[in-house]
Amino acid sequence: MSRHLSLATTHVHHAATSNVIHVPSIRYLGILPVLVMLGGAVVLLGMSSLVKRQLRLRVATATTLIISLSAFGLAWWQWADVQSRGPYTTIDHSVVVDGLAVLITVLVTVAMALSALVAEGYLAREGIDGAELHVLAMVSAAGAILMAEANDLVIVFLGLEILSIALYVLTAFNHKRTESGEAALKYFVLGGFSSAVFVYGIALTYGATGTTNLTQIASFLSHNVLVHDGVLLAGMSLLLVGFAFKIAAVPFHMWTPDVYQGAPSPVTGFMAAVAKAGGFAAFLRVFVSSFGVLASDWRPIIYALAIVTLVVGAGLAVVQRDIKRMLAYSSINHAGFVLLGLQAATARGVSAALYYLFAYMFMVIGSFAVVTVMGRMGDGDHDISSYRGLAKRQPLLALAFAVLLLAQAGVPFTTGFLTKFQVVIASVDGHSVPLAVVAMVSAAVAAFFYLRVTVLMYATSDEPAVGAPDAAPTVTPALVGASHGGGTTWSGTDAAGETRTRLNAALLMEDDASAELTPEVGQTEEPTRIPVPLGAAVAIGICVAVTVVFGIIPAPLVDFAHRATLLFLP
Amino acid sequence: MVVNQLPHFPFLTVLVLLPAGGALAVALMVNVRRQVTEAVGIAVALATLGFAIATTVLMHTGDGGYQFVSKHVWAASIGVSWFVGVDGISIFLVLLAAVLFPIALAGARSRTDARPFTAWMLLLEAACIGSFISLDLILFFLFFELTLVPAYFIIANWGFARRAYAAVKFFVYTFLGSAFLLVGIVVLAFVHQHQTGVLTFSLPTLEHTRLASSTGILLFLAFTAAFAVKAPLFPFHTWSPDAYTEAPAGGSVILSAVLAKLGTYGIIRFDLNLFPQASRTLAPLLLTLAVIGILYGALVACAQNDLKRLVAYSSLAQIGFIALGTFALSTEGLVGGVLLMVNHGLITAGFFLLIGWIYERRGGWQVAELGGLQTPAPIMAAAFTVVMLASIGLPGLNGFVSEFLVLAGTFLVHRWWAVAATIGVVGAALYLLWAYQQAFHGKPSPSVAQTRDLGWSERIVIAPLLVLIVLLGVYPKPVIDRITPSVNRLVDRVEQVTHVRQPAVATHATPPARATNTNAP
Repeated sequence: MSRHLSLATTHVHHAATSNVIHVPSIRYLGILPVLVMLGGAVVLLGMSSLVKRQLRLRVATATTLIISLSAFGLAWWQWADVQSRGPYTTIDHSVVVDGLAVLITVLVTVAMALSALVAEGYLAREGIDGAELHVLAMVSAAGAILMAEANDLVIVFLGLEILSIALYVLTAFNHKRTESGEAALKYFVLGGFSSAVFVYGIALTYGATGTTNLTQIASFLSHNVLVHDGVLLAGMSLLLVGFAFKIAAVPFHMWTPDVYQGAPSPVTGFMAAVAKAGGFAAFLRVFVSSFGVLASDWRPIIYALAIVTLVVGAGLAVVQRDIKRMLAYSSINHAGFVLLGLQAATARGVSAALYYLFAYMFMVIGSFAVVTVMGRMGDGDHDISSYRGLAKRQPLLALAFAVLLLAQAGVPFTTGFLTKFQVVIASVDGHSVPLAVVAMVSAAVAAFFYLRVTVLMYATSDEPAVGAPDAAPTVTPALVGASHGGGTTWSGTDAAGETRTRLNAALLMEDDASAELTPEVGQTEEPTRIPVPLGAAVAIGICVAVTVVFGIIPAPLVDFAHRATLLFLP
Repeated sequence: MVVNQLPHFPFLTVLVLLPAGGALAVALMVNVRRQVTEAVGIAVALATLGFAIATTVLMHTGDGGYQFVSKHVWAASIGVSWFVGVDGISIFLVLLAAVLFPIALAGARSRTDARPFTAWMLLLEAACIGSFISLDLILFFLFFELTLVPAYFIIANWGFARRAYAAVKFFVYTFLGSAFLLVGIVVLAFVHQHQTGVLTFSLPTLEHTRLASSTGILLFLAFTAAFAVKAPLFPFHTWSPDAYTEAPAGGSVILSAVLAKLGTYGIIRFDLNLFPQASRTLAPLLLTLAVIGILYGALVACAQNDLKRLVAYSSLAQIGFIALGTFALSTEGLVGGVLLMVNHGLITAGFFLLIGWIYERRGGWQVAELGGLQTPAPIMAAAFTVVMLASIGLPGLNGFVSEFLVLAGTFLVHRWWAVAATIGVVGAALYLLWAYQQAFHGKPSPSVAQTRDLGWSERIVIAPLLVLIVLLGVYPKPVIDRITPSVNRLVDRVEQVTHVRQPAVATHATPPARATNTNAP
């Protein structure tokens, strides 16, 4: 300051700008949701140590709900603001508030609220009374929102790390489960590796374009033609790998099944919805808007990536016996669908991708809420055979799960159909018809494994077994449960009967191991009714309602994604 | 295109919403006695039938265009609208569905869980009728796919031993076919958009899309993939014997009589209207598949000991006849094909109902274990005889009229295919009479001798089917008069586009369309 004062008055202004750190102006509304989430996390952490142990969980959940709903309210305020005054950047153009950012903010805050409801019952059941899960989830959500708002590669990285580090911890949250620790370590090591790749991508992109600001990269690329574009393409490829890891696109998906299986079930649902949303938001922004000029370079890569993601995701889901692994592969398949929207690289594609992410959030959080409830004490009961006969015991839970699974399969009059329909439209519009065909065929394969769970839920296990069918002595006792009165005679006389019975057994994924241990399965066994905590019930109800209502009345959600996109692309 | 709008009352929308609302109402009727639930289900289905009959009566007979058209924007940003209408082809399929659902609900009740069963059946009715009246391709697709869900649950929850396998196979096969249909629809809409700048899925608008011949053929194949699986046409039929056999009686009735028609209807409504040139080019392929289906179905049916599988394979043959008439692309063939859709629906519904009743009494439907049913159950035997003779194609019953029209229509344009298909007619007589002999004739075993005959309620349920089978055999003119104008319109369109005219005989042989309309208000 002394030097500043010694200068001649005429040069004060000049000196000030060159020597004193320039503080950029901040439009606080733009980053308010992030601040609320982060601040809320800190407040909750402090508060939880002041509250009595018995009340801690209740208070934590209530506080999380209040915080995420106020962030949700702020997001709608931002939406109104962006609607009336248009998108804007703030903090020296490093953060952008536009349709895409606001839509993802809405998505993440809703996901946070729903997950908090699901987690409440889970924590109570497992006897964990701290507020740590909620705190970490809120930090992670703040990271996802920041990723969506980032207008600078460095901010993207910042958001990515805030999102990921909290998720690593969340994965290992239940330290009683050994697989959680294993999953977290795997996630952490691979995630750290992918972050390194991502940073390297930023560095190379900076080297090629001279900036990390997304808008400036776009304008640089549209005004200059690089004669030697090796560095730029290498940077872009490394960024692509980083994003592909985060959204779990094949071949960067290896962590997904293990982490989804190992993480506590409510966390898995949150992760599937929020990490994908944040990852895709930044992916869309960086590639469609900053690298838009290079679309002809990256579109074929995404094309191939989408195809392997769709095929591997659907194909490997079919052979899973663990419901969480199955849903993990199914989420890979869904990522492939969202890639269709990105691959189109058009406004229609972005809109379809955003709609997909939004609708998928409800389906996946709802599904994992059911899985959480069904996991019972210890959160370990995830073999799909434990869903056998659920419809008889708990018809509403079974119906809700069936709706969510069928919606994921793309059945009409659910948002699940509209998601697939819109990405297919975008893909065809972008002249990628074969990709659309592969996607829809993979959806048919996917229908198979969603139905397999549905079949099990509606398989009756309490009917009197009419003797083991003599045609198929190898058939496990569980099949007897599925055989209807009088059916026995016919499978015995039908020539093709045995083969078909075996296929039938394979289809139902007969639990050979458990059947040997409990030979009375299908005859007398009547698993106990599983209590559904109120929070989880509300969350599942909301998810099912949104999935069905906006499937029948599609306009509000479709228009939301559509207008978000209009305010994203100039 | 002539579009007559009768704005007073949205008949078609009611035809969908009534059973859909009924399904919801029944689903919510917790803790209500099963008799009440079932009665409500039947009442809703009968009310739907009433509206379907009213719609048919109010239609202009001589007009081949779409009637009762109503159009509302549904999702503007993706170009989908609630666009419905019926013509002489679709109205009879609507009517078929409306007739068969109350019959199936009354005649093939579920033994357990009446509430969900009735609700799924009503939802299925809404979806079926919705498919038949949709004039927006995406709306059609939505309903077409929606049929899978209730049908799946009906098979999986109330079916027989291998129901899980059959239900999933049915769902996944159809879903796979639909994958191509959806992409095909979207591609077509975008070709149209590139030509006109308008993104729409409206059938009458998309008809005007100019397609390169290779594009047309690819799109035709994409559409036909879905319809051939649904119908099913050989070689995409492998799901159907399993699904028909494992489904409960009511499910089999609807699957074979109504759902299967979605496939053949789709071919006539969408393939022929949208891709006339490709339809003409690929007709020999489809005709060949149809004939193989007829012969293969007859052959395999001969080898069945299982009544349900026998009817399933005979259905395959009948669907082959429908496809044969359709791809003959002559007026007679198409009228025959449409009529056969209705007739086959009535006949096969009769078969599966009777087999369901045999199962209730005997606990099975193996031909060999039934022997001599005629003695204790003469009325059942009589009903079975009528249905069987109609299926064989005895003159005076409905099967004959449609089969004759199909064969005559095909013979004019594709002689040898018609000749080959005739062998299938002989085959049908063979396996049906043979099965009938084994099941009903002979001396009954002591256990068979105690079989109950049809009770009064069952007689009342089967009676409308028998009446319709006879009526449509003796006096099919009112139906043919209404189908013909729409078929003529379709054939004209195909001929205009492809510049190939059918032989003159074909147009003279069919009764002239009545120009005036006596029923319209």
